[in-house]
Amino acid sequence: MKEQSQNKETPTYSGVLAVKVDDLTVAYNYKPVLWDIDLEIPEGVLMAIVGPNGAGKSTLIKSILGILKPIAGSVSIYGKPYDKQRKLVAYVPQKGSVDWDFPTTALDVVMMGTYGSLGWIKRPKQKEKKAALEALEKVGMLAFKSRQISQLSGGQQQRIFLARALVQNASIYFMDEPFQGVDATTEIAIINILKELRKAGKTVIVVHHDLQTVPEYFDWVTFLNVKKIATGPVKDIFNDDNLTKTYGINYKVSIQE
Amino acid sequence: MDITEYIKLVFTDYTLRTITLGTAILGAVTGMLGSFAVLRKQSLLGDAISHAALPGIAIAFLITGAKDTNTLLIGALVSGLIGTFWIRGIITKTHLKSDTALGLILSLFFGFGMLLLTFIQKQPNANQAGLDKYLFGQAATLVESDVWLMAIVTGVCLLVLLLFWKEFKILLFDADYTKTLGFNTRFIDVLITSFIVLAIVLGLQTVGVVLMSAMLLAPAAAARQWTNSLSTMVFLAAIFGAFSGVFGTAISASQNNLSTGPVIVLVAAVFVVFSFIFSPSRGLLFKQIRFIKNRRDLELHKTLAFMYHIAETHENISHPHAIKLLNNFQGFTKKTLQKLVEKNYATIDGSMWSLTDLGFETAANLYTKQSTEDE
Repeated sequence: MKEQSQNKETPTYSGVLAVKVDDLTVAYNYKPVLWDIDLEIPEGVLMAIVGPNGAGKSTLIKSILGILKPIAGSVSIYGKPYDKQRKLVAYVPQKGSVDWDFPTTALDVVMMGTYGSLGWIKRPKQKEKKAALEALEKVGMLAFKSRQISQLSGGQQQRIFLARALVQNASIYFMDEPFQGVDATTEIAIINILKELRKAGKTVIVVHHDLQTVPEYFDWVTFLNVKKIATGPVKDIFNDDNLTKTYGINYKVSIQE
Repeated sequence: MDITEYIKLVFTDYTLRTITLGTAILGAVTGMLGSFAVLRKQSLLGDAISHAALPGIAIAFLITGAKDTNTLLIGALVSGLIGTFWIRGIITKTHLKSDTALGLILSLFFGFGMLLLTFIQKQPNANQAGLDKYLFGQAATLVESDVWLMAIVTGVCLLVLLLFWKEFKILLFDADYTKTLGFNTRFIDVLITSFIVLAIVLGLQTVGVVLMSAMLLAPAAAARQWTNSLSTMVFLAAIFGAFSGVFGTAISASQNNLSTGPVIVLVAAVFVVFSFIFSPSRGLLFKQIRFIKNRRDLELHKTLAFMYHIAETHENISHPHAIKLLNNFQGFTKKTLQKLVEKNYATIDGSMWSLTDLGFETAANLYTKQSTEDE
């Protein structure tokens, strides 16, 4: 409890908007996956996106990042269109989205985080390698740098993905379920890195499934179920009312009492 | 014909030299590009492309009325590309999975191509004979200019690979992420697919529509077994492909002119089988050996642990116990006990055994280490 209240004191919001989403609507077929989403994410928050399966959480992130093409709506990053601000944004996809039997090493994957700033054709050099090694050290994976990625455990693979995003040295981090399928040790290691990012003034947006840990890990939350249900500080809006609206069942935040 | 004689012939005989060079270059370029197709899980793409090229050949002949190789290949290239982009279209625009799309385009284009071929055969044009060699290929028809064309395409392909290596690699591993970094993934994709189509079309004359996809897949599948690095894999695949070409040609030339294309494909298959069995890290043989060794180790440890529990009941750990006591234990054989003695974990005295201090210590610490290394 003590730690929780302490957590809520730490973030100091600059009042600048890191991400602004307007009227975002996305559909795969006829039924919209996301309907008319307006979202303002202030700089420096550590935000969870929560909602049931099929609520469009991953879709929201992918649409913001331009991986999916929305039917309508616009996204701006620090007041400018996303296309012009790519270098400010890093992405951690779901671990299951790639083939881990790909012939490459942990260090190589982390190096990919430098490709964006390198641009076309230029090869990574000593400077990029150094940055990648530093990121590996930050996630506690330096000893595994030459490992073939299929020989890493699920938690280690997740850390490699995190390191790849850290190398991008972005201002805003989007992460799709970074805690999925990792053990307690890795979960703690990851959340500590996320909190460090926030301390450094970065904005971190995380698709999250475990409602129990929301108040402990995050200071900002967005409830999503096709439509945006609510968004704001955890201490103000993480309550039974919003949970019920989002999940449709009478949900009680038992751990808070 | 012995080997030295054959090698001499390769350097002096025009036809043999052309065919050997041609098939070697073809094997190298398809092996290289095949690595990308295999890693993208588009193994069947090569099959679809080569079959899709057939109507192009027929139409090119119908338009020009001549059997000029380059014209026919341009026709093949165009219809191969059309087929490929239709496949992509079907995958992105409908709910069909890629295997369905590939199969659909493959049979549709091949069927249409066969229809055109039979139509051409009924024509009075005397020129038409031999168009069906594109079905199974005929390496003997290769001339020097064909080999030059292959060499130039391979050179350009190599250059593009070196230039866009980083982009190809990241697209293969994580396409969505590549997009977020600001790369035009469509451009990279089209670039690599176009080269695959080009390489396949170049091989049609030699290996033919039906067997061409093996040239793309076999060297890459074999190479994957030997390495965990993409660059080594691409390099090895090129080597395997080139050697398939050289050996295939040699076998076909020295054995009563067996059809070259199928022999090359069979040689490539030998590379695959050999790699699947004998590769040190992924091969079946060493995997099985490792498995058996692990099992033995575990049985040994299990027996040691069992003995430890018996020894534990005594104050003096090296108190002797009857060997008979171990008999109702599964992992135990005379051999395991012998092994334990060899490792200085236990001693035998007649029909009695006792643990040594080392054995006791080892047994107490078996598999208790904290899994902080996450392994």
